[in-house]
Amino acid sequence: MSAPGNRHNSQAPGKLFQFKLVLLGESAVGKSSLVLRFVKDQFDDYRESTIGAAFLTQTIALDENTTVKFEIWDTAGQERYKSLAPMYYRNANCAVVVYDITQPSSLEKAKSWVNELKRQADPNIVIALAGNKSDLSERRVIDTETAQNYAADAGLLFFETSAKKSTNVNELFTSIARKMPLDQLAANSRARGNNLNQRGVDLNHPVAQNACSC
Amino acid sequence: MIESELGWGIERINDVIDEEYDVIVLGTGLTECILSGLLSVEGKKVLHMDRNDYYGGESASLNLTQLYRKFRNGQEPPSELGRDRDYNIDLIPKFMMANGELVRILKHTDVTRYIELKQISGSYVYREGQISKVPASEMEALRSDLMGMFEKKRAKKFFEYMQNWREDDPSTHQGIDLNTAPMSKVYKDFGLEPGTQDFIGHAMALYLDKSYLERPARETYDRIILYISSVARYGKSPYIYPLYGLDELPQGFARLSAIYGGTYMLDKTVDEIVYDADGRVCGVRSGNETAKTKQVIGDPSYFKNKVRNVGKVIRAICMLKHPIPNTDNADSIQLVIPQNQVKRQHDIYIASVSDTHCVCAKGYYLAIVSTIVETSNPEAEIKPGLDLLGPIVEKFISLCDLEEPTDDGCKDQVFISRSYDATSHFGTVCDDVKDIYRRVTGKDLVLKQRQRQEEEC
Repeated sequence: MSAPGNRHNSQAPGKLFQFKLVLLGESAVGKSSLVLRFVKDQFDDYRESTIGAAFLTQTIALDENTTVKFEIWDTAGQERYKSLAPMYYRNANCAVVVYDITQPSSLEKAKSWVNELKRQADPNIVIALAGNKSDLSERRVIDTETAQNYAADAGLLFFETSAKKSTNVNELFTSIARKMPLDQLAANSRARGNNLNQRGVDLNHPVAQNACSC
Repeated sequence: MIESELGWGIERINDVIDEEYDVIVLGTGLTECILSGLLSVEGKKVLHMDRNDYYGGESASLNLTQLYRKFRNGQEPPSELGRDRDYNIDLIPKFMMANGELVRILKHTDVTRYIELKQISGSYVYREGQISKVPASEMEALRSDLMGMFEKKRAKKFFEYMQNWREDDPSTHQGIDLNTAPMSKVYKDFGLEPGTQDFIGHAMALYLDKSYLERPARETYDRIILYISSVARYGKSPYIYPLYGLDELPQGFARLSAIYGGTYMLDKTVDEIVYDADGRVCGVRSGNETAKTKQVIGDPSYFKNKVRNVGKVIRAICMLKHPIPNTDNADSIQLVIPQNQVKRQHDIYIASVSDTHCVCAKGYYLAIVSTIVETSNPEAEIKPGLDLLGPIVEKFISLCDLEEPTDDGCKDQVFISRSYDATSHFGTVCDDVKDIYRRVTGKDLVLKQRQRQEEEC
């Protein structure tokens, strides 16, 4: 694979860091397509809006000792009428905000989503801006520099991507993985995990204490 | 309408609203969201609307701004309470039974994956001016101050009988027919004292009044077994609770529905339910747009002329800076004040959670004191509960009508849920979900645990 970070589906060696990644952006800019390309290396021209998965996961090996696993949440169309639940942003470690380089309004929407994230999400969230559909260069209305300048001002990672041609998709996710403050965040997410084991309950694995004969 | 700072075009709204749906659901309370989720998974085309700009309807959890908007006329919350985003304050006090029906629905739909659950630390009962822990194990029962030594022996016999009882094995019945004998007779057969009866009937079987005593004991048996088997699952109490508040439950089921194609519109007014010439529902109008549908499901607030009032509940949401006194510094509890103890017809409940559940700022505790209203001065009725809390930082009182539909909806295809009642857990909510599901689909809801579909799309 030519991507800087190799994707793994199998058990990865070394340290595994897991992060929740949320997708945001106007309808039909290609949020789901980007994920589908990243996770399954597939593209579907006639994709119905919104996919039917709770969330998808994909791992990136940054080096031989470090693997990052993304738990990727799709909006499931709930962004369309401003009906995303607070649950969606909750504990998100990173976000990809997507616009369509052929739709002038979509960058403005992307900016609104970035503001929404800064208001609702964890203050340390890593945000990447993705100008999707870069293969449709003849229909481009948003030039690279405009978006790049905005991203730089707002402190966002920036890529122009094509889910269709698989351009910059792995690069986008890999650079997010590299920007995650791994040691610090992982310590937190580990702590949370431990707490859950101690105090939280797993419905699928009840701790049968005083076994009941009923 | 739903135009916002994000500014969606009106054309797109027309797209959606002009389509035809199998079911339109009104209100995003838990009952409605579970039904939306279940129906969407089965392939039904669902449009789900709510007049509020947040999920949860009457079962929502609010942040400070929303809470002060609702109870204090939009007044600014005092700054010492901390950040808005740290608060998820439940409007209704309910916990989940660890072995209850809602847990089964969560597993069946796999909505568990969106929700982190935590135990409630203890279950307590008020007796003769004292607060005692409801024993969660045999050891605790032996040490408990709820009973004297001889009474403990009698109670032990009673619980052994309950746990060994098998419907199809008459040798376990000891000559008592639980299906016909009233509960009062069973208590008498085991020689249990009135105080013990109070604790079993109200703190374990969770009856709100004493009418159960004269009904067949089987119902009480089922409730006691639910309580005991729920305690056995995780240990401290029978209850579990979602981090970030109860509103996670409707949000989780709404997400399930959306993943299976359900369309969500918050902050959308519902102006009219439209019927055809035969009186069957055919649409829902919002402003000058009408969405077509074959069926409508909704909470009572959307159908004021199709529901009747069956009672009133008072709830006092209290913010504290300490755990409830005499409860072992527990971060979360349920406390039952049986009606007998305070000369009432209905029990008073206290449900408390705290910052460890991510529902309030660090150092704060939330407690809801509630009961079914019996007099014209409901605030005085909950005083015995408020008196147990110690100093109260802020108190928000709500009086809610309990409403139920006047008919079953089979004729006009409008199915209305019941208000969230005064019971302590979601048993009656699940009963309502199953009942509405049966009337909407014509079949029973069969729950089974699904295979995880991690990578499926």
